[in-house]
Amino acid sequence: MSATSPFRRAGLVGPALLVVLILVGVPLGIMAWVSLLGRGATIGVDWQSAPSFANYTKLIWEEDFDGTLLFNPTYLSILWRSVWQAAATTVICVALGLPVALWMSSLSRGARDIAVLLITIPFWTNLLVRNYAWLIILREDGAVSKAANAVWPFGPVQLLYNDAAILIGLVYSFLPFMILPIYAGFEKFDWRLLEAAYDLGANRRRALTRVIVPLAMPGIIAGSMLVFIPSLGSFVTAAILGGGKSMMMGNLIQLQFGQSRNWPFGAAISVVLLALMMLVLMGIAIWKNRQERKT
Amino acid sequence: MTNAPSAITVQSVSKSFGRGDAAIRVLHDVSVEIGAREFFTLLGPSGCGKTTLLRLIAGFEELDSGSIAIEGARIDHLPPFQRPVNTVFQNYALFPHLTVAQNVAFALEMQNLSAAEVRRRAGEALEMVRMGSFAARKPSELSGGQQQRVALARALAPRPKVLLLDEPLSALDLKLRKEMQIELKQLQTEAGITFVFVTHDQEEALTLSDRIAVMQGGRILQLDTPRTIYERPAHRFVADFIGEINLLDGQVSGPGRVRLDCGAEIAVAADQTPGARVTVAIRPERAALAQSGALPAEVTHAAYLGTATILQLRLANGAPFLLRAASANLPEIGAQVSLHLPSDALQVFAA
Repeated sequence: MSATSPFRRAGLVGPALLVVLILVGVPLGIMAWVSLLGRGATIGVDWQSAPSFANYTKLIWEEDFDGTLLFNPTYLSILWRSVWQAAATTVICVALGLPVALWMSSLSRGARDIAVLLITIPFWTNLLVRNYAWLIILREDGAVSKAANAVWPFGPVQLLYNDAAILIGLVYSFLPFMILPIYAGFEKFDWRLLEAAYDLGANRRRALTRVIVPLAMPGIIAGSMLVFIPSLGSFVTAAILGGGKSMMMGNLIQLQFGQSRNWPFGAAISVVLLALMMLVLMGIAIWKNRQERKT
Repeated sequence: MTNAPSAITVQSVSKSFGRGDAAIRVLHDVSVEIGAREFFTLLGPSGCGKTTLLRLIAGFEELDSGSIAIEGARIDHLPPFQRPVNTVFQNYALFPHLTVAQNVAFALEMQNLSAAEVRRRAGEALEMVRMGSFAARKPSELSGGQQQRVALARALAPRPKVLLLDEPLSALDLKLRKEMQIELKQLQTEAGITFVFVTHDQEEALTLSDRIAVMQGGRILQLDTPRTIYERPAHRFVADFIGEINLLDGQVSGPGRVRLDCGAEIAVAADQTPGARVTVAIRPERAALAQSGALPAEVTHAAYLGTATILQLRLANGAPFLLRAASANLPEIGAQVSLHLPSDALQVFAA
């Protein structure tokens, strides 16, 4: 390692650490504190109230008139829907992103740059606008809907304002975050390894599962984190394409800080969401660690 | 050369890359029969088509025309994973995410053998290349020579009928390359299978091969034993490519006589039409210094090699000439000498 003195190192790293602490650490601390307080009359929070875990218990139990706690699955079901929507989004993104990334890496250098450009082009437009665009694409009297209804024999097809619509929107929004890290890994891919696999008797499917996927794993993991975590907290897509009918964690939080003016409860849900993401990250880290030790 | 059936029969194979006017023909109507248990070498400069021919046999490229058969059965329509051949790649192409043992076991697992059988045969293959104690390592933890051995074990483990080797020694340093040459030869005898070896190193080809096909511009120029190729090259290109050789231009002056451009007239053992332009070739070790002779030369440089000395000479017309001589009683640099070119050591090619 370099012979940088501890003081010098502290001086170099210090400012960045300070910025992170002030802009991330302090707000998180405030949020955690607010989640323990009571609801205010005018603004969303009563700073004078005594701290308690009431907002957290409210997520699972409901207080009956006589003070007994009843199990209330409403919030848990929203949480569950968010998790599986995010998980499904991640799986679909892997299934779509892996072949695209593989195909991109087989292109000539110039064509690759164009492909990367094409994949990043949607980011030039605001997410809100892009979600409204899907609203137009999937609307009831739209071409897609008509075509689907013409082909599908079992009753009318509803493309908007349901979980499928949210899923389509989420996959569309986050697919680039899956493609790009996998592609970055494939860019250095030695294609002779694929020839070696074929040469040693692996057919296409086994070459894919035994050589390509394991070598793409770091990219798949990175992409999965980049897709799963923002999907879990997303609310724009659910609000627009879900029509506000199927609520996700993000919408619930937004509701508490907006219309409901219940900041402490919103903060409590945010803390739970944050803890959930931390758990996922830790799980992936532990799994990766074990994988490395195994081989 | 053997009575055994041909291991590989390549018939009228042509191959081009690219389309239309931009197409580059890399193989022109190539035919070759490779015998069972033969160490067969495709030798030539880069771009001669040797690697393409190997990749066609492996199945990584598709034929334009012609056919390839192994032990009489056509394989040119099969995908690589259904051909009874395995390849040792130039830079080994070991799977970086698998251990040495898993690399070697890969092909056996693809054959759906039982776990015990896979372990036993992978172990055997690793022992054959003396890499048994490295089974748990990753390829990145091995030296070049060790990776080379693992690549060999991996390709031999499924017991292919033919092993294809694409310049497998080119990434090794000289000393290791010499050691691996001996090991390769031993391994081939032990495994008892046909080796098709691609190289641009003529010395390697001469040392290892039973037969050599010298290729240039997508054609096989000469196909013979190393000895014949070295001593009786059939083409000027083959003579020039294999080993060191002196090429002297001249004109046929009469029956069995050639007047060289340096002015001297020499006897040759070849019939050429008088007046035709020819090239006379002679190896440095076959020419000799003489007391007096028709071919005068001046010594310009001497390189002492221990067992012999290479003298650089200049002929009367300024053409260079290499002579391999015993290190005793050598002429001084700048001395005028005479050369004797025995007629049985001369090869004559039409210009």
